[in-house]
Amino acid sequence: MMNVTIGQFFPGDSFLYRLDPRTKLILTVALIVLVFISRSFIGFALIFLFVLWCAFSTKIGLKYMLRGLKPLFVIIALTFALNLFLMRDGETLARWGVIQITTGGVRTAVFMAVRLILLVLCSQVLTLTTSPISLTDGMESLMRPLSKIGFPAHEISMMMSIALRFIPTLMEETEKIRRAQMARGADFESGNLIQRARAMVPLLVPLFVSAFRRADELAMAMEARCYHGGAGRTKMKQLRFHWRDGAAVGAIAAMYALMIAFNALGVA
Amino acid sequence: MSDAILRLRDAAFQYDGAEDRAVDGVSLDVAPGEFLAILGRNGSGKSTLARMLNALLIPTSGAVEVGGIAVSEENAYAVREICGMVFQNPDNQIVATVVEEDCAFGLENRGVPPEEIRRRVDEALTEVGMRERALASPSMLSGGQKQRIAIAGVLAMRPKVIAFDESTAMLDPVGRRDVFELARRINREEGVTVVWITHFMEEAVRADRVIVMDRGRIELEGTPREVFSNVQEVLALGLDVPEMMKLARDLRAAGLDVPMDTLTVEEMAEELCKCGA
Ligand SMILES: Nc1ncnc2c1ncn2[C@@H]1O[C@H](COP(=O)(O)OP(=O)(O)OP(=O)(O)O)[C@@H](O)[C@H]1O
Ligand SMILES: [Mg+2]
Repeated sequence: MMNVTIGQFFPGDSFLYRLDPRTKLILTVALIVLVFISRSFIGFALIFLFVLWCAFSTKIGLKYMLRGLKPLFVIIALTFALNLFLMRDGETLARWGVIQITTGGVRTAVFMAVRLILLVLCSQVLTLTTSPISLTDGMESLMRPLSKIGFPAHEISMMMSIALRFIPTLMEETEKIRRAQMARGADFESGNLIQRARAMVPLLVPLFVSAFRRADELAMAMEARCYHGGAGRTKMKQLRFHWRDGAAVGAIAAMYALMIAFNALGVA
Repeated sequence: MSDAILRLRDAAFQYDGAEDRAVDGVSLDVAPGEFLAILGRNGSGKSTLARMLNALLIPTSGAVEVGGIAVSEENAYAVREICGMVFQNPDNQIVATVVEEDCAFGLENRGVPPEEIRRRVDEALTEVGMRERALASPSMLSGGQKQRIAIAGVLAMRPKVIAFDESTAMLDPVGRRDVFELARRINREEGVTVVWITHFMEEAVRADRVIVMDRGRIELEGTPREVFSNVQEVLALGLDVPEMMKLARDLRAAGLDVPMDTLTVEEMAEELCKCGA
């Protein structure tokens, strides 16, 4: 219970880990755009090669990364089936009543499925190699210019880091309350859905009460330590760009150049 | 005392909607470098008093001065720079997910330059003996360790006064002793004035001065020896007398000549050696 990993950060230390979180955030968006731009399987192969490099230059490995696809399996399968059965383009391969499979349909179905898989893998590179806290720092720093037009950049990042701080605490507390209520005869495991939902009430009520008390005390402790919002605040750890960040930007730029060339040449 | 670091004059505080004043006319001077213990039963106004020292609450009447600055809405940040505060629940006063980041929180709020923060955080963590855990996650630490982190966060801000509001109440005996000894050391070695709120008599007997509050007022005040020699009054105010005083009473009843006002274990050991000799 004490050892909950938050998000899916995979601790390690390599080139990718040492990149500035801002670089990683921007390049991940760039990579996602690249997946959408690609019109060819060669283009996808290029991106997949990059993902492979990410998986093996760290200790994460491809198998671990592919596990991240599991929750999205249904969506990927559904997209695949819809495209396969409903798309009409090119020669007909098979037909049952209104449903028919065409060559164009097969291509589109595979193409879309690969695109979805690559999207997930690319965003996973970010979440696996960046700790939640540096992700928050990176987002705050990137959103800072927006605070001039009233966007609550500091507040959002503060909320996120406090949430991260208290997730383990509240999980532990939930477990404690659950055991206490079970000792009083509460039953969380049996019954139908409604009965089980109702059994959660004696768990959620004390949890909420305590969460509000915590919030109150934390607010007071923050105030006692001179907290007054983001204005005039400094940071102990300054984010700094290194040569690595330049190298990473260069690599993605090269991928863009190749992709545009593939698209212009019209390769498959 | 003209050089008092904390000066309260008939200070009072009434919560919105409350019938009685939680702190009801307290006058008190605390000298720089003093270790002051505040005792009193639940609801006697100890926390309310401590929160006025940190401008978390502004006195509704009377005056509170911290380091020569009057506690008011406008001076709140100036006051907080002089008087830091450590609370009771170790979990609910740690903001960041990394020990050293939490330690830096107060300095970041004050806009101190990054290199300076780094230096002071390292110093403060060394001071409380948590330097090796600088990169740990607070949720992995024991209660006593969390309190030490909270103390480091306050120390890094270099306050002149630290108010501890029952900071040992939720700790196990080992953590409690650790944190109390740390507060004593900061007081003795750094000269930081300490206001120590507690329910533990064995902590109070080691303070320079003790005040006992009841219903928002100071009922007893003096050195631990003076205060605890009023056994009847102390008991009437809902407190206990220190363990060693009880032992002294029993020993006297058994015919041993130990003074009634023996407070600490060390004193008791000394007295017993004298009796034996
Ligand atoms: N936020 C609040 N609103 C209204 N009344 C309050 C509030 N906090 C405390 N009080 C009341 O003020 C009085 C003093 O409370 P305070 O918390 O200062 O006591 P305490 O001596 O710290 O007690 P404890 O030993 O339980 O911590 C109590 O009667 C309490 O009920
Ligand atoms: Mg209190």
